[in-house]
Amino acid sequence: MKTPLNRLNSIRDRLSKAAGCSDRFLWGGRGEVCLSDLLQGTSLGGWLRKLAGRSILLAARDQLAAAAVLIELDGVARRIVICPPDVGSEQIPSVIAKAGVNAIVSDCEPGDLDCSGDLLRVRCSPGILPAEREPMKHWATEWVLLTSGTASSPKMIVHTMASLVAPIETSAKSMKGNGVVWGTFYDIRRYGGLQVFLRAVLGSGSLVLSSEGESVADHLARLSAHAVTHLSGTPSHWRRALMSPRAGAAAPQYVRLSGEIADQAILNALQSFYPNSAVVHAFASTEAGVAFEVTDGLAGFPSSLMGRRGEVEMKVRNDSLLIRSNRAASRHLDPENGNLADDRGFVDTGDIVERIGDRYYFRGRSNGAINVGGLKVYPEEVEAVINRHPAVRMSIVRSRRSHLVGGLVSAEVCLKELSPESDTAETLKREILEICLKNLPPHKIPVTIQWVPTLDVAASGKLARRHA
Amino acid sequence: MSIRAIVYSEIEQIRQKPGKHLPQLTDDLPLVESGLDSLGVAILVTRLEDNLGLDPFATSGFTSPPVTLREFIRLYEDAAQPS
Repeated sequence: MKTPLNRLNSIRDRLSKAAGCSDRFLWGGRGEVCLSDLLQGTSLGGWLRKLAGRSILLAARDQLAAAAVLIELDGVARRIVICPPDVGSEQIPSVIAKAGVNAIVSDCEPGDLDCSGDLLRVRCSPGILPAEREPMKHWATEWVLLTSGTASSPKMIVHTMASLVAPIETSAKSMKGNGVVWGTFYDIRRYGGLQVFLRAVLGSGSLVLSSEGESVADHLARLSAHAVTHLSGTPSHWRRALMSPRAGAAAPQYVRLSGEIADQAILNALQSFYPNSAVVHAFASTEAGVAFEVTDGLAGFPSSLMGRRGEVEMKVRNDSLLIRSNRAASRHLDPENGNLADDRGFVDTGDIVERIGDRYYFRGRSNGAINVGGLKVYPEEVEAVINRHPAVRMSIVRSRRSHLVGGLVSAEVCLKELSPESDTAETLKREILEICLKNLPPHKIPVTIQWVPTLDVAASGKLARRHA
Repeated sequence: MSIRAIVYSEIEQIRQKPGKHLPQLTDDLPLVESGLDSLGVAILVTRLEDNLGLDPFATSGFTSPPVTLREFIRLYEDAAQPS
């Protein structure tokens, strides 16, 4: 009888029961990990036992190192807080404090991480060393994912192995067989990439990871060299791949898009470029989990999915898509962020949908968040950085439509002195951008700054925002 | 200034990264290998929209995705032609 994934103890337990691990790999840009080597070895030196039961921050630079650690720590750690690469070092102390972190696993030099206190620090490496595995207490590890929030510190979203694997259990058999080689343009330390990682590792496949600083051409060449069969990314990732001369090198049977609105142009372009592939787009969010997959090659999704009883239930409230399922995260780690779901268990995705005929289409975000190539940007956090400049009275950040990455950040700034000389204006712009460059990752830096004489303030005393 | 010159000039401005080796821009160079990442290409398209009043990606940009700089420039030149 087939055992549901979520009843097994850990990823490692599952792998140790699977056949053929010696032919299965995680491939990074600078190395590889054979899954059977990992079952008989460790990427953590001799430190695994010391990490048992701890709340661990995984802050590895290299995705391959992070992947090996995730396999080793599931079922061993009480909590794994997975740090994506764009989290600034100044945000780390607050994450550590709020998540009760008492150990850090990293492949960085100790001085590279800005954190103090009584923390166990363990070095990880994708170079697997042989190690005996002693029996250890099983922990139902909490997986904590970080997403952008309105404040400067990231929101921490708690998943369990059960919520993470629920969408995988019901996915098609074609994704699980031996010989499936997954590739992803995502980073596996975010929800979209983590789903691909788990699909590969728990579904008898192998996985080709991207590598920091690697060109898209080199990544596509590696995907081709490993004969990738299933390839996943955001519409922005795919647009970029199609603009590379190496796009034709990979010949996936299955092309998946998620993380952003998939418009008809990119769906058509992919189907025409990969005529023998199934082109599928999916809707998922870190909070609500994977909601659905659309396989008919059309943008939007069929209205028949709405209001249906089943594993995933969806409805619309105030034009926003609400989802209830066993795939949703269990809670915000920081209680200050409030409840994830309403009292009936529905998570408000904040994604505005519009029904036209028998289909729903995504129209943007209800809370004004900007989706830059699958990465969320809250205007408030960018405004807070711009407003640090002493010449700025106030600012408002909006989304500017981009047909390549969905949205871009643009800023309107109201200065204390309303009509600066043009030289002064250029200097101010440069200074504001420098503050942004120092304090924000690249996708949050405004691509345009406009001076405005005034900004509307609503009756609430807040900036009047025009949302989707 | 020709569309080609404007495209070259904008790419040079966006891709400035101290200490990073950047390839010389030529018409045969693939755009994604010009030193612009995904965000950089999107910024380029935004700046060209402000500069030229054109966004060919809004209409036909992915019918035949441009790979080289020559193809990218041609997309704008075609869009600038009165129909």
